[in-house]
Amino acid sequence: MASSMRRSFLKSHVEDKLLRHIWSVIATIVVVASGNTSFAENAGDPKAVKSEDGKYLDKEGNPTFNVSADGTIDWYTYSGYRRYHSECHVCHGPDGMGSTYAPALKDSLKTMSYGDFLGVVASGRKNVSTSQESVMPAFGDNTNVACYMDDLYVYLRARANDAVGRVRPGKREEKPAAYTEAESACMGKPH
Amino acid sequence: MRKVLLATCLGTMAASAASVAIANDELTKMAQNPKDWVMPAGDYANTRYSKLNQITAANVGKLQVAWTFSTGVLRGHEGGPLIIGNMMYVHTPFPNKVYAMDLSQDNKIVWKYEPKQDPNVIPVMCCDTVNRGVAYADGKIFLHQADTTLVALDAKTGKEVWTVKNGDPGKGATGTSSPLVVKDKVLIGISGGEFGVQCHMTAYDLKTGKLAWRAFSEGPDDQIMVDPEKTTALGKPVGKDSSIKTWQGDQWKIGGGCTWGWTSYDPELNLVYYGSGNPSTWNPKQRPGDNKWSMTIFARDADTGMAKWVYQMTPHDEWDYDGVNEMILSDQQMNGQNRKLLTHFDRNGLAYTMDRVTGELLVAEKYDPKVNWTTGVDMNKSSPTYGRPKVVDQYSTEKQGEDVNTKGVCPAALGTKDQQPGAYSPDTQLFYVPTNHVCMDYEPFKVNYTAGQPYVGATLSMYPPPGETHMGNFIAWDNKTGKIVWSNKEQFSVWSGALATAGGVVFYGTLEGYLKAVDAKTGKELYKFKTPSGIIGNVTTYENNGRQYIAVLSGVGGWAGIGLAAGLTDPTAGLGAVGGYAALTNYTALGGALTVFALPQ
Repeated sequence: MASSMRRSFLKSHVEDKLLRHIWSVIATIVVVASGNTSFAENAGDPKAVKSEDGKYLDKEGNPTFNVSADGTIDWYTYSGYRRYHSECHVCHGPDGMGSTYAPALKDSLKTMSYGDFLGVVASGRKNVSTSQESVMPAFGDNTNVACYMDDLYVYLRARANDAVGRVRPGKREEKPAAYTEAESACMGKPH
Repeated sequence: MRKVLLATCLGTMAASAASVAIANDELTKMAQNPKDWVMPAGDYANTRYSKLNQITAANVGKLQVAWTFSTGVLRGHEGGPLIIGNMMYVHTPFPNKVYAMDLSQDNKIVWKYEPKQDPNVIPVMCCDTVNRGVAYADGKIFLHQADTTLVALDAKTGKEVWTVKNGDPGKGATGTSSPLVVKDKVLIGISGGEFGVQCHMTAYDLKTGKLAWRAFSEGPDDQIMVDPEKTTALGKPVGKDSSIKTWQGDQWKIGGGCTWGWTSYDPELNLVYYGSGNPSTWNPKQRPGDNKWSMTIFARDADTGMAKWVYQMTPHDEWDYDGVNEMILSDQQMNGQNRKLLTHFDRNGLAYTMDRVTGELLVAEKYDPKVNWTTGVDMNKSSPTYGRPKVVDQYSTEKQGEDVNTKGVCPAALGTKDQQPGAYSPDTQLFYVPTNHVCMDYEPFKVNYTAGQPYVGATLSMYPPPGETHMGNFIAWDNKTGKIVWSNKEQFSVWSGALATAGGVVFYGTLEGYLKAVDAKTGKELYKFKTPSGIIGNVTTYENNGRQYIAVLSGVGGWAGIGLAAGLTDPTAGLGAVGGYAALTNYTALGGALTVFALPQ
């Protein structure tokens, strides 16, 4: 009953387009993650060097945050804040501060690369020993997370670099039109 | 021939009725012996009251630590041990170990049980890997594992007698609650409200583990086990399809309404009482309707599972105010009449006093004056909205809508109280209630359902009420008038279950790790001791070899460990109340330990 229920949900909410999109996201993650398994690797200079459709990129071409001189933050940081506090904070604590049982991501993102981040979120991670039972689930097929990977990364990168504090981001850029289109396609919303 | 058959038939019935009566008598009788603590809440009425009176308001100040025990497990330790004669049974969070210790042999470990569980269940548990304790009956210890396995262990040896799987963790169903044994059945709830599980209360046969009945919180009448004509809500029959007509389409199939709280039982009425949790998702716009019977108090026949009455406290939840908190049963005089009462302190900030025979609503009042999402419950019996809370638009996340941040809602999703159970003393006729004093911003947005994945759909931030520096209160409550009698401020939420005693002393634990003893009449603090870790366990008492002991599990964690660990908000944000906003990590660290107290000899 449950699996047929799941299928009917997927059917009603998700179109072929979305499935293709998710698969391409997952494929990218696998490629990036497998070529890049070291967690000690430097997260790189977060400075934004260019912007494409409201998404800021660093000199490596990885997504990053941007805070304007007047304090306006980019859309991705804001959106990541929102998604983080729905999907991630129940383990990783408010504002990426960690909890009694999961690490503070504002610290993890100081050293974790973009590729490693995508890999862990999509595939999960286990650290079970006699003194500790840390298990991160795989979010690769959860559209509420998979469709917002860059948003989450950008927000946490901003937290790791103290670009945004322990507050709800205030002044922000408008939601970019291209973002809305991609989000609708990924989440299977009518647009 | 027919006569013979009939006689055999009657004989079998009589025999089974007799064995039922024996099993029932055993626990009821055992619960009357104050030296033991035979069920998680102390008694079927969930009073958490003990007749032991060696420790009194006059001498509790001299209390000392008698002995301690490390559970060998980190993370959040909810619940408390059982004590039966010379044996104590201590449980832990995942991996759900059970230790049986002989109190007459220097607490020697007689047996230890540790189930093998797939660690993939860990991240499917919404709020830490907690477990609220084991149950005892018929020479068996019943353990509800994280992966929803219910296992019966031989109380003498720890050997498995039977096991049964109550749900599918692959779909987000998990086990955190404690079983309750009623007559020949073991009752067990299920968790998974943040994963779109269609939750249920299930009864298994005490001897074999065979399923006896299962009642879902939402769905068609046969699944939710209501009789459209005989089951009532506020005195009126619920009618046909009472649940599914309050959901859009098939949404009830992923509707939540989980049953992870406490269950109580009235042997005279043969009714069990429990509450259901939040409807899934947290985004109210995505699930139009009252979403019955989420957020509901159920009274069910213990033998058949059929609902006698229901009452939905928070129709169409917009804030995650699960209705799972314990139902405390008391027999009191109200307006000159003897009443069988049920008192319930809900997450939504209202304390309800009901007639537990009929489900009549007698009192519904705020037990924290900061509660602001409602102006109160409509108590006018002739009103079309009788029994419904009046919602304030400013704090309605439904009215404010998706992608809007509704600010300053009190209480926060933690509730004015969560699962940490209160206590009732028949001596003072007061309820002693551990509470949270926290508010929130809540922004709902659209989410998709994927089986086994979180299905939340809202962003939350929590903080103490504006202008306040403390995040918890420990209160004494009068359930007849609906008023706070006294209230003690606590820096952090009080996430520990209370204990009331005939010695006139009430005990509770704090998140910093203090075990506290207060005067039952005045709330005056009489004793405190800082245990190895923060307390989210429930305080227990027992007598062994002529001495009264007080026992409590330490081990910070649970939902409180998520937000409070790092502090709810930035202590340097200049709000002028640094003390109140400080992080719990400044006071305590992880570690499961049992601390047992007694008076010096």
